[in-house]
Amino acid sequence: MSTTAATPGRATTGTATTQEIRHHKPPRKAMLLSALAWIISILFVLPVLWMILTSFHSETDAAANPPKIFAPLSTEGYHAFFGSHPWPPILNSATASIISTALVIVLALPAAYALSIRPVKKWSDVLFFFLSTKFMPAVAALLPVYLIAEKIHFLDNIWLLVILYTSMNLPIAVWMLRSFLSEVPVEMLEAAEVDGANLVTTLRKIIAPVIMPGIASAALICFIFSWNELLFARVLTGTRAETAPVFLTGFVTSQGLFLAQVCAASFVISLPVLIAGFAAQDKLVQGLSMGAVK
Amino acid sequence: MTTTSTSAPTTAPGAPAPSTMQRAGDWARRAPLLPALVFMIVVTQIPFVATLVISFMDWNAYYPDDRGFAGLSNFGKVLTDVDARQAIIVTIILTVSVVLLSLVLGLLIALLLDRKFRGRAVARTLMITPFLIVPVAAALVWKHAIYNAQYGLLNGILRWIGGSGAPQPDWISNHPLAAIVVTLVWQWTPFMMLILLAGLQSRPMDVVEAARIDGASPWQIFTNMTLPHLRQYIELSGLLGAIYIIQNFDAVFTITSGGLGTANLPYYIYETFYSAHDYGRASAAGVIVVIGSIIIATFALRTVISLFREDTR
Repeated sequence: MSTTAATPGRATTGTATTQEIRHHKPPRKAMLLSALAWIISILFVLPVLWMILTSFHSETDAAANPPKIFAPLSTEGYHAFFGSHPWPPILNSATASIISTALVIVLALPAAYALSIRPVKKWSDVLFFFLSTKFMPAVAALLPVYLIAEKIHFLDNIWLLVILYTSMNLPIAVWMLRSFLSEVPVEMLEAAEVDGANLVTTLRKIIAPVIMPGIASAALICFIFSWNELLFARVLTGTRAETAPVFLTGFVTSQGLFLAQVCAASFVISLPVLIAGFAAQDKLVQGLSMGAVK
Repeated sequence: MTTTSTSAPTTAPGAPAPSTMQRAGDWARRAPLLPALVFMIVVTQIPFVATLVISFMDWNAYYPDDRGFAGLSNFGKVLTDVDARQAIIVTIILTVSVVLLSLVLGLLIALLLDRKFRGRAVARTLMITPFLIVPVAAALVWKHAIYNAQYGLLNGILRWIGGSGAPQPDWISNHPLAAIVVTLVWQWTPFMMLILLAGLQSRPMDVVEAARIDGASPWQIFTNMTLPHLRQYIELSGLLGAIYIIQNFDAVFTITSGGLGTANLPYYIYETFYSAHDYGRASAAGVIVVIGSIIIATFALRTVISLFREDTR
């Protein structure tokens, strides 16, 4: 507890000095704080760098203690990983993530429209119903989903995950898109109505361009969450519909010296999320806060 | 939820539809909403009702003939089961410690990154990276490449510094829960930091400037202006984080497989259902998690509503 109480104090001194800097520019304090920011950032990224470096070492060098940082680079780990048939699970993950994300957007866009621009009655109740499902722990639905899927012979089927991931991410997308849609200028919509445009045309011509950034944020976050999901994929899939995270958990137990392989596998499987996340950094915060923070 | 579709067919104010068209107009309004709403009700509410029903049943897949009504006995079993109680405690410790630590760290880093300095954008990008590693992969890397007693980075650094006589502790066996907490804090600090940084950057700087001209000290500005402004962002990030971390399965499953007293409720439910096949007890535990989440969610909803009010103002 004492650390918790002490750290905000430290944090405060941080801003306090910040404010001073902007005015009087005491360069030493400013430099110290910048250095601190850099050191902390590097500490946070260090495990990732270590993972990447280890993935390019030979298994013997990877398991060396003390660590051999400058050991010759090797692609042994990647050969082992790609030799263990990782493509079907990766393709399953891509299928589940991309199709569920597309479904989420297709369902969420008209729903968000009906909750903001032409609101139905009790629209805020509906909005909070969507949100409340997000607060329900997924694990509580695991067993019934399993039993139902077993009964209708839907286990080990990638479409089951598509449906589940869609339901997991739909509330996030509805909330985000609604908060973007509420910024669409009403005059433009009225003009379109006067011109006799129907719903589809209005959506496509006027609303879609305005909320494209919102769609991008929602799609990014839905993709990341579906790609990362482990619990449902593990329980509900077998050999056919196995996803990349499930493959990763099974990958470890097999061999003796395996550190470089595990790091290579972890890096390759995280790569789509890393690329998407870096490419759309500014969209990340909107997605994570369900559109509450822009 | 059903209220939406059964509400009286009067047109909302502002819609210019003639009265004969009212009913049709109402349905035209609802139509775009229905696919998403029906989908969500079917996919999320049916399993939930099923969980509730099964939680009152004797149902173990190993004894399929003994299925029947069990009353509250599953809840009794869960609440008196040592493992289940331990799981409840672990869930609380895990959620509270991860949320608090990553909030404090996230705030500190957000304050540092709110300043202008050389390479700030790069530092911010580096900070986000932990959140962009697939959780299972992150847990695997921490377990094998960092904590491992023989060839992990931590003991490697100890040996670098202390030579061959350096202590080589088995981090996960000695501190299993702390190992999970550190991994999760590492992943969730960027999440908190991103939301808090956005909050800091939305501060009305002209007001802060005016206060400074009036002679307010930086400390006064922080406690009287920055913190109150940040409050709702702190609440939002803390509660959203809690919602995700209370459900955490990946880190517990990967790092300790629920052993060494680290099984949280999601892992306990997974075990009860996947290995013990006790469907009734797993469902009762599920209902308990839902109740816990509802308690958090009530607070979370209040926060979201307050943000949302400001948004639509």
